[in-house]
Amino acid sequence: MEVASLYNEQFMDHVAHPDYKYELDDATHTHDGVNPSCGDELHLAIRLGEDGLIEEVAYTGHGCAVSMASADIMSDLMVGKTPQQAMHLCELFKGMITGGKKDDATLDELDEAALLKDVSHMPARVKCAELAWRTLAEMLKDEGDSGVTTTE
Amino acid sequence: METSLSKAQLDSIRASALKSDFPLLAANPHLAFLDSAATAQRPAAVLDAQRRFYETMNANPLRGLYKLSVEATQAIADARAHIARFIGALDEAGNPQQDAIVFTRNASEALNLLAVTLSQLTKLGPGDEVVISIMEHHSNLIPWQQVCAQTGADLVYLRTDGDYRITQEEIEHKIGPRAKIVSVTHVSNVLGVENDVPSIAARAHEVGALCVVDGAQSVPHIDVNVRALGCDFLAFSGHKLGGPLGIGVLWGKPELLDAMPPFLTGGEMIDLVTETGAVWSPAPQKFEAGTQDAAGVYATNAALSYIERLGMRAVEERERLLSIYLCERLRELPQVAIIGPKEGERHISSISFDVKDVHPHDVASILDMHDVCIRAGHHCAQPLLTYLGWHSTCRASVAFYNDAGDIDRLIDGLNQVWRIFHGSR
Repeated sequence: MEVASLYNEQFMDHVAHPDYKYELDDATHTHDGVNPSCGDELHLAIRLGEDGLIEEVAYTGHGCAVSMASADIMSDLMVGKTPQQAMHLCELFKGMITGGKKDDATLDELDEAALLKDVSHMPARVKCAELAWRTLAEMLKDEGDSGVTTTE
Repeated sequence: METSLSKAQLDSIRASALKSDFPLLAANPHLAFLDSAATAQRPAAVLDAQRRFYETMNANPLRGLYKLSVEATQAIADARAHIARFIGALDEAGNPQQDAIVFTRNASEALNLLAVTLSQLTKLGPGDEVVISIMEHHSNLIPWQQVCAQTGADLVYLRTDGDYRITQEEIEHKIGPRAKIVSVTHVSNVLGVENDVPSIAARAHEVGALCVVDGAQSVPHIDVNVRALGCDFLAFSGHKLGGPLGIGVLWGKPELLDAMPPFLTGGEMIDLVTETGAVWSPAPQKFEAGTQDAAGVYATNAALSYIERLGMRAVEERERLLSIYLCERLRELPQVAIIGPKEGERHISSISFDVKDVHPHDVASILDMHDVCIRAGHHCAQPLLTYLGWHSTCRASVAFYNDAGDIDRLIDGLNQVWRIFHGSR
């Protein structure tokens, strides 16, 4: 049963005890994402190091468990990546939850984000899961432009 | 559990023999379908009727000169008469006002038709007011926003008090001499409360305004009589009554329908067309451009017959008991807050609630895992939710085919939601 496996302990741990939900004081890039119909609001921040690697990712905001857990999992995955690698992972994630692309190589690369693979069977929740990833992709595409991303 | 229901009342809702009349419910005995406010399930009688139409009387109604087309035309006429009787639309002699029944695609289209044509009929303009309530579904809100934006008229909202009522003071205060059109929902699709339509209609007429009623959430659940309501128009949808998707109904006072301009134009709504103009058919054809969904209309007629066999009073009473039971069981859960009146008696089918610190979308997804269907979100009534201070809610809505077991499964599911989010309790 897909939904049962989605709201498992590992997923709920990200909801109850997020590791990356805080204000990042020395961010180099920030971007906001919203889902107006759900009320999800996400403020995403990263610090890009001089070596071109993402040193730190953090977010604040509120929303459903799917959007918040997804943001926490994504933040963890992105630390130590280059913006190009991050964009690639955002594409993979999108393919997994909207295109149902769930081969082993994709799931391996997405690591813990593979927890969210069953969202592909829950069309109404796709935009919740996507919010953080689309916000990050927009942020990196804009290189620091602090616009607002909506997944609707 | 503590309940105000008697043992006999509880026994009467413990199970639902009627589920066997509904193929989807019969095939899914573990499904607790508590979203009838969005759309009802269809009894086999309706599905059979739809099929029977295509198998035995399929032809384009109105224009054909052969027997099949005449039969299809008659099927639509019969449905009009039946619907008119169902909502108490009778003329002086007690005959159903069948020509006052217009078919649309849905209640939204009926309300759009009214917004556009009544703004023309009343020559709506700057200084005029259109009065709606804060609890409108977007279908009875955006069309009026649009005509107000186009004509320069002001949109005025009747607001609820702390007890979710539109008071007589509010009605008299907001419906004033500048009001040209008053359009209100009979029953809120979010709160489940019934508005005092007779008082609103009386006040509208006192100031010379027309009164439109959105009956989408009332006609399926309570005995609705347009003469008792005192309104000029009533819009509702067939699919919430167990009819097929795609049929909306508009009733209007015949003299007003006569005076109104058409909404959509084209085939089947004209008497005569020249190179430079056209003469409209009389109502209801004037408002029914293009080929009608005759099979859908025929099957909607069958849905009414099904409900009448049960008896509207019996439907009302069973749903009243189910609403009370639902409300009382929700009140047992400390983590659940009912949004709306706490008394089950005041809810017509729908009850909105919040699970503390859990987003309604998560609640609905987890309930779905238990085969419990509820609605979560803003229910196409964003201004109401904003007014009440919520972004989204969970909504359970009952119909006569539900039973206490469906509600018990909802409660079990809500306890599971709580365990997932807050550990065992």
